[in-house]
Amino acid sequence: MTAPAIELKGISKAFGPVQANKDIAIRVMPGTIHGIIGENGAGKSTLMSILYGFYKADKGEIFIRGQKTEIPDSQAAIAAGIGMVFQHFKLVQNFTVLENIVLGAEEGAFLKTSLGKARKLLKELSEEYELHVDPDAKIEDLGVGMQQRVEILKALYRRADILILDEPTGVLTPAEADHLFRILEGLKREGKTIILITHKLREIMETTDTVSVMRRGEMTATVKTSETSPQELAELMVGREVLLRVEKKPATPGDVVLEVENLKVVDGSGVERLRGISLKVRAGEILGICGVAGNGQSELLEVLGGMRVGTGKVTVNGQQIDLTGTKSDARTRRKRGIAHVPEDRQTEGLIMDFFAWENVGFGYHDDPRYQNGLMMDNNALREDAEAKIKKFDVRPANCWLTAKNFSGGNQQKLVIARELERNPDLLLVGQPTRGVDIGAIEFIHEQIVALRDAGKAVLLVSVELDEILSLSDRIAVIFDGRIMGERLPSETDERELGLMMAGITDTDKDHSVKDIEANLAKAGGGSR
Amino acid sequence: MNYLDLVQILDSTIRLSTPLLFACLAGLFSERSGVFDIGLEGKILISAFFSAAVAALTGSVWLGLGAGIAASVVFALIHGLASITFRGDQLISGVAINFLAAGMTVLIAQDWFAQGGRTPQLSGSARFSSIDLPFADALRDVPLLGPLYAEALSGHTILVYAGLLAVPLTWYVLFRTRFGLRLRAVGENPGAVDTAGVSVVRLRYAAVLICGVLCGMAGSYLATGLAASFTQNMSAGRGFIALAALIFAKWRPWYALGACLLFGLLQAISNRYSSIDLVVIEIPNAFVLALPYILTVVILAGFVGKATPPRAGGEPYVKER
Repeated sequence: MTAPAIELKGISKAFGPVQANKDIAIRVMPGTIHGIIGENGAGKSTLMSILYGFYKADKGEIFIRGQKTEIPDSQAAIAAGIGMVFQHFKLVQNFTVLENIVLGAEEGAFLKTSLGKARKLLKELSEEYELHVDPDAKIEDLGVGMQQRVEILKALYRRADILILDEPTGVLTPAEADHLFRILEGLKREGKTIILITHKLREIMETTDTVSVMRRGEMTATVKTSETSPQELAELMVGREVLLRVEKKPATPGDVVLEVENLKVVDGSGVERLRGISLKVRAGEILGICGVAGNGQSELLEVLGGMRVGTGKVTVNGQQIDLTGTKSDARTRRKRGIAHVPEDRQTEGLIMDFFAWENVGFGYHDDPRYQNGLMMDNNALREDAEAKIKKFDVRPANCWLTAKNFSGGNQQKLVIARELERNPDLLLVGQPTRGVDIGAIEFIHEQIVALRDAGKAVLLVSVELDEILSLSDRIAVIFDGRIMGERLPSETDERELGLMMAGITDTDKDHSVKDIEANLAKAGGGSR
Repeated sequence: MNYLDLVQILDSTIRLSTPLLFACLAGLFSERSGVFDIGLEGKILISAFFSAAVAALTGSVWLGLGAGIAASVVFALIHGLASITFRGDQLISGVAINFLAAGMTVLIAQDWFAQGGRTPQLSGSARFSSIDLPFADALRDVPLLGPLYAEALSGHTILVYAGLLAVPLTWYVLFRTRFGLRLRAVGENPGAVDTAGVSVVRLRYAAVLICGVLCGMAGSYLATGLAASFTQNMSAGRGFIALAALIFAKWRPWYALGACLLFGLLQAISNRYSSIDLVVIEIPNAFVLALPYILTVVILAGFVGKATPPRAGGEPYVKER
């Protein structure tokens, strides 16, 4: 029997009181794609960071190809043939592709020879694995799909034969993700070992040979992918039965709540981010906006939420709202019945160093209920927050913890509790489940659907196509600041939406990944 | 103003630019690596003092230069320790260094020499002597170019020429060597350097050390080349002007040379003319003296277009999960 490419025995790692990894054992066979799945905070990234020499394990042993190996730093991991593609790329933005690949693996003190040799090797590698990329392009001019290729090439350049990818598809369009998986298949055929970390069940089912499940720092199971099902994996991840589908009744749309006409936004550097958006959202329906990150969906939410100025005409319940001037702020929007769950909860949704009860009150703190003459009635505010925290099952249910002490899912629940409990006429919600674990996703989806069923209008922005498809009653695709078209979820699929997200309208024809990337790069959309 | 006046102004421009140039290149190395340094001023000052003091005590300007560089390097290491090892606030550490230098120099000067916080006047081998470039005398009488070569370019001390040479050298190191590639990378994205298996800490310390050496040369030139003794607060904001020049230069060596020459020129003009008569109005002396500083403020306020500092500048590197 061949030795496993990687074998970990009894790996434990604690950060203060938090046990991130508990007695982990795993064997990854050479020439396979091994998936590691688990909720956020289950300890997947910590485990891989230990393998890549970012952290030192408190206990445990690492065997690479049967040899016991110490990995005190990244240099040692690279020497052991391990390459890692991080979720957030580790690239120098204003360097060229070639410079990024050479960085840290230069041959000799002078760049000229190093770059020359690297250029040749890079050419061979790109041809061998179909990883085409212009060596002289600057990283900041490349789309995320291309940047990811650079990361993979970086690992291959360092002669890695074990490749770890951490949440590689989070930023990719479906077509790009498919292309990535074809590349991974090719690498596997060449005998490379691939570890794929993801929380997407579908990717695990489609691409891996073996899958290990982590929950709360422990490895709960390792199974052959062919012998398991998404349902079983979800249960192993969460530890209980979960609903993978969103259960919802057909929508009964009422009057138009939000009407947007020819909305335009120009950003600080003079670039037109929205180039004339028109859309309607009715009471009792969810309009989902999908698009590759950076195509204007964030700006759309921000201008509607009062965080940005724009031009055009926006009416809510028939009344026009100001898009510039002093009455265009978030506070005025709130008074008009618009609630906003921003895309980034940590920078926009919460103040991380403030208590949970304060965070649940923000934006509504001037409510007469919380006033006591000239002073704030903090007790009233806190009692109110406690009730909401309980209702939305925020864990731990302690309103004296600061926001940063909650997990991603529970932070999101704090924001959702604050915004939904005001019973808004219109809910703007961005990336409601980004970085949120499966159990909490289920809960958050239920809450959004419940608001719709109560006859409210919901504008949903998400980069997760699954989420858009399962939650929305109508889907609008945004590309380069324009709406490419609307579809009904029952009459479309990921392929069609993916092409529209890349600005391609003749979705019946076949399109290569090259076309798609060229289009995305043209929009300047993929580069963020 | 005749041609000879112009040549003389250029001559003093080169001399006055030299400390700025050293300090500016010092800041360039440090900031390119992601360590902001507003303690250039303090390092210039401490080096100026120890250069002058050691030169006065030993009679050797070279020992003075060594002492100045050593003192400046020690201060640079304090900044490195605070901002790299202990991940402290780089601005606060820089301010502390400036205060420390301002107080320490006068105190020690008074204790050692009892001349009111100054060092004795330096002369002979305790100062850098000027070097005549080849054929300076022979070419003096060539019209136009002759005086320019013989008066303005020739006849400076060795540190002036070292400063001018440091510009192409810095460019070469930064853009043509492995060290330069890594240095630029660590200022932009230390995570990329770390995951590539290169030590962020070691690179940044190297940059801070180079910064210390260059500041040491700036201070040493100030006290033993430009002037002939240490006087209280003799750096006179040059560290800050160098920082302004660095921003003006967009963190590039050749631009830094241009920016420092510009500031040097303004100082040369204000030194030479007590007031400038522009026929219509007369610009008063106080304003002329303030010109370099006014330009500094204008540049720092961002009137020179967009200057993008190194992206990871000012932030200590902490491994993320």
